[in-house]
Amino acid sequence: MSLDSFSESKEEPSLPDTTERKPVKAHELAKKQRDISIAEFFEKNRHLLGFDNKRKALLTTVKEAVDNSLDACDEASILPDLEIVMTDMGNDRFRISIEDNGPGIVKNQIPKIFAKLLYGSKFHSLKQNRGQQGIGISASVMYGQLTTGRAALIKSKIGVGHPAHYYELKIDTQKNKPEIVRDEEREWSKDHGTKIEIDLEGSYLKGSQSVDEYLKQTAIINPHATIIYVNPKGEQIIFPRATEEIPIQPNEIKPHPYGVELGIMIKMLSWTVSKNIKQFLQTEFSRVSSKTADEILEKAFIPPKTKPAKISRDMAEKLIEGIRNTKIMMPPSNCISPIGAELLEKGLKKEVNAEFYTSVTRPPAVYRGNPFIIEAALAYGGTLKAEGSAQILRFANKVPLLYQQGACAVTESIGKTSWRSYGLQQSGNNIPQGPCVILVHIASVWVPFTSEAKEAMAHYPEIVKEIKLALQEVGRNLQKYVSKKRRVKDELKKRSYIEKYIPHVSEALKEILQISDIEEQSITELLEELLEKNRGELENMEFDEKKNVEYNEEFANIGKEEKKEEEDERSTKEDSE
Amino acid sequence: MNEVLKKIVNEAKDIFDNIKRKNKPVLKSPIRSLSNVRYDSSDGFFELNGSMKSRTLSANTVKTFAQTLKMMALSKELIETEDIATKREAYYVSKNWAEARFKEQAESDTVMDDVEAMFQVNREQLGFTPEEKGGDIAGKLIVIDKNPDTGKEIRIDCTKFGSGAYSIPSSVEELKFETNAQFILAIETAGMFQRLVKHNYWKKSDCILISMGGVPTRACRRFIRRLSDDMNLPVYVFTDGDPYGFLNIYRTLKVGSGNAAHINKYFCVPKAKFIGITPQDIIDYKLPTHPLKDVDIKRIKDGIKNDPFVKHHKKWERALRQLMQMKVRAEQQALAKHGLNFVASNYLPDKMKKPNTWLD
Repeated sequence: MSLDSFSESKEEPSLPDTTERKPVKAHELAKKQRDISIAEFFEKNRHLLGFDNKRKALLTTVKEAVDNSLDACDEASILPDLEIVMTDMGNDRFRISIEDNGPGIVKNQIPKIFAKLLYGSKFHSLKQNRGQQGIGISASVMYGQLTTGRAALIKSKIGVGHPAHYYELKIDTQKNKPEIVRDEEREWSKDHGTKIEIDLEGSYLKGSQSVDEYLKQTAIINPHATIIYVNPKGEQIIFPRATEEIPIQPNEIKPHPYGVELGIMIKMLSWTVSKNIKQFLQTEFSRVSSKTADEILEKAFIPPKTKPAKISRDMAEKLIEGIRNTKIMMPPSNCISPIGAELLEKGLKKEVNAEFYTSVTRPPAVYRGNPFIIEAALAYGGTLKAEGSAQILRFANKVPLLYQQGACAVTESIGKTSWRSYGLQQSGNNIPQGPCVILVHIASVWVPFTSEAKEAMAHYPEIVKEIKLALQEVGRNLQKYVSKKRRVKDELKKRSYIEKYIPHVSEALKEILQISDIEEQSITELLEELLEKNRGELENMEFDEKKNVEYNEEFANIGKEEKKEEEDERSTKEDSE
Repeated sequence: MNEVLKKIVNEAKDIFDNIKRKNKPVLKSPIRSLSNVRYDSSDGFFELNGSMKSRTLSANTVKTFAQTLKMMALSKELIETEDIATKREAYYVSKNWAEARFKEQAESDTVMDDVEAMFQVNREQLGFTPEEKGGDIAGKLIVIDKNPDTGKEIRIDCTKFGSGAYSIPSSVEELKFETNAQFILAIETAGMFQRLVKHNYWKKSDCILISMGGVPTRACRRFIRRLSDDMNLPVYVFTDGDPYGFLNIYRTLKVGSGNAAHINKYFCVPKAKFIGITPQDIIDYKLPTHPLKDVDIKRIKDGIKNDPFVKHHKKWERALRQLMQMKVRAEQQALAKHGLNFVASNYLPDKMKKPNTWLD
C-alpha cells in the first residue's frame, strides 16, 4: 500500500446531510472517537518530520541514519567510516543501506531504537548532538513500512567476541510498539558497528537539495569522517577524511533554569528522585548553588523542604517566576564542540576554488539558558560567479540544512548584515550579490529548529545577534582583502600609466630641444627610474586556480551535475515530441 | 629668436636639466580663477595674484605633463613655420600622439590655456586661434586691413553694410582705424543691434555700434580696447538687466576674467561705462520683467561674495542687492513695451544725458 492511497482512505470526506438535520447524540459522537494511531498521526504530520515528498523522503532517511551514526562514533571516540548505498528498485522504490563502524547497540535496545517512535536518549539530555528528538530513524522505518510494506533490516555488533544481532523490524502502528519479524545472531567480520537497510518510496534527483549534496556538505563539516557513497546510478563517491583528529567530545550539561518552560518543569518534577524542592533545583539544573536555590524558593514563596511531588501547577508557575527574578550564572560552555575556524576553512576550500577564504569561531553565548557557539566562513572571488546572490551553506550541530533557507535565522542574519561596507553589493535586507559563499554553523546543546524536520533555525534575537557578529568579523576580513586588491589594481594602473606616458615626455623634449635619439632614450630611462624607484615590490593578486591545493573539482561537482543532464533529457524529449 | 619661442625652449631645457640631475621636473602656472585676481581701479583690470599651481611629475600627473610638453612642441612648430592652428585643429593634431591624445576638445583647450598662462602670453602668440566670431560692427568707422594675397591695404567702411555688418576678425592686432564718431556702443544682443541699425541710430548719434553676442570674445574685447585707445573714444555698454549682463558680459569686457587673468592686461576695456539696463531703470521705465532664476540668484551671491570688481565698486554691490530684492530681471528688448523705436528715440538719448544713471 502506498502512502498516498493510505491517506486517501483515511480522509474520506464526511459531508453533512443538508436535507435533514438531526441532533447528534453524545454516544453517537463517541462512536467516532477513538485512539488516533501513531500511523495516522505520522500521516497527518509527515511534513513536520521531513517526508512531505518522495525526493525529500530519501534525503530525510539518509540524514537521520547518518546523523545517528556520526553521533554514535563521536560519543565512542571512533573515527567514523560510513558507507551509504542507495539502490533503485524500480517503480519509485529505493533501498537505502547505511553502515557505520560505531560502537554498536546492545541487543534489547535495537527494536526500541528503530521501531518505536519518540524513543531515544537525546531528548532528555542537554548535549550537543546531531539528532535531538529521537523521532528520526524510527520515522523512516515507519515511512518505509507504509510505502513498501517491507520490514527494516538491522544488524549491530558491539565488539570483538560478541555476536552480531540481526533483526527484521516493523512498527505496530496502533500501539507504537516494535513488531519483531525476525531476530537471530549472525556472523559479521566487522569488529563493531551497525547497519540498517530500509526500502521506501522515493524519487532520486541531483541538485542543491539532493542526498549527494547533503553528503558532500556533511563531509565538509565533518572533516574527521570518511564517507563512501554509492548513488542509485551506481556511481561510487568517496569522501576521505581530512583530519585524524577526533573532535573534542562535548560534555552533557543539565538544563539551565532560564531555559526551562512550565511543561518541562512539571515533567522534571514528576521524574526526579530528589527528596525536596531545594535539592531538586540543585541537582537537576546547572549553575544552581545552595544560595541560588534559597533565593529562587524565597521569591517563589515555596518552603525548601517541600516534596517535589507536592508541587502543584500553580506552584510550578511561581517557581518559574522565582527563577526569572533571580540572577543566575550563565551555563558552562564546555558542552559545545565547535569545528574550529581552521577546519571550517579547509572544508570550504574543498568545495569552492576561490581566491580568498576567511573564517571565525565566536566565543560561546547563551539564549534561553542554552549555550551556543556560532562559526562563520566566507569564500570570495576566483571561480565563483560574479553575478547573482551569494551562496549560503547552513549547518546546525554539524548537520547541513538544505531546505527552508528563506525561513532560517541564518538567512535573516545574513540579510541584516550590511555587506556593502565589506565590498559586496546588496539591496535592502536581501542576501548580498557577488562572487561569494557564506557558511554559518551553529553548535548548541539545543538548536532551536522551527520544526521537527530540522530545516530552519528559529529567530532568537541572541542567535541572530551572534550570527551577525560572526558575519561582521568575516566581512571585515573580506573588506580588507577587497580594498587591498583594489589598491594593487590602482597601483598597477599607475605603473602602466608611467610606462605609457613617459616616452611622450621624452619625445616632446626631443622635439623642442632637438636632442639625439640616444639622449631621448636616456631621458626615458631616467624618468622611469625617477617615478618607479619609490613604488616598491607589488604583491601579485591575480587569481591562481592552482593555488588552492585543497580544492577538488570532482568533489565540488557532486550534486551539481544533474542539472545539465535534466536539461539534456528535457531537450531530447522535446526533440522527440 | 621670437620671445615666446625662447620661453618654450627655456622651459623645456629646465625640465631636461632637472631630469638629468635626477630631480623630478615641475611645471608651474598661475592659478586661473577669481580667487587669484586682485582689482585696482588705477590699473583698471583684474591682475593675477601670486598663487601658482605646480605640477610635479608623478604617476598621477604624467599624462597631463606629457600633453603639456607636446602642446609646447606643437606651438614651437607653429611659430617656427609661421603657421596657425585653430583650437579645434590643435585637438585633431593630438590624435597623432598615440596614448597622449586628447579625448575631448575641452581637454586640449585646458592644456592650451595652461601653456598660455605658464608663459603669460596670448594664445595667438603661441600660434593658436579661436574659431569664434569676434562680433559685428556698424557705424562711423573705417577699418584698415590687408589683402592676404597682395598685402595691399584694404579700407573697410562700416557705414556701407546696409542692414548687414562688418565682422571682427579673430586677430585684430594689425588693424588700423579711422573714425569721427563720438563714442562706441557695445550691445549684448544681436537683436538689439539690428534694431538700432534699422533706425540708423549710429548716424543720428554719431557712433560705432558693436554687437557682442553674449560674453565678448577675446578678439571683440581686444578690438574695442584698441579702437577706443587709438581713437580716444568713450565706450558704453548696453546689456540686459540681469546678473549675466552685469557680471559675465560687462565685467569681463571692462576688467577681464579670472580664467584668462594672465592676459587681461591686453583684453580689458577699463574705460567702459554701463548704460543699461540697471535695476533702477526697471523701476523708472516700468519695464516688463521675469522672475530671477536660481542661477541668477547664485550669480548675484557669488558676485557679492567673491568678485573683486563688485567688492571694489560699492555702486555695483548696491545694484546687485537691489535686483536681489526686486527678485526680477529685464531684457533689453523689454523697452519695446513703449514702442519699437523707444530705445533709439528716448531711452539711449536720455541715458546719455544723465551720467548719474550709469554704473561704473
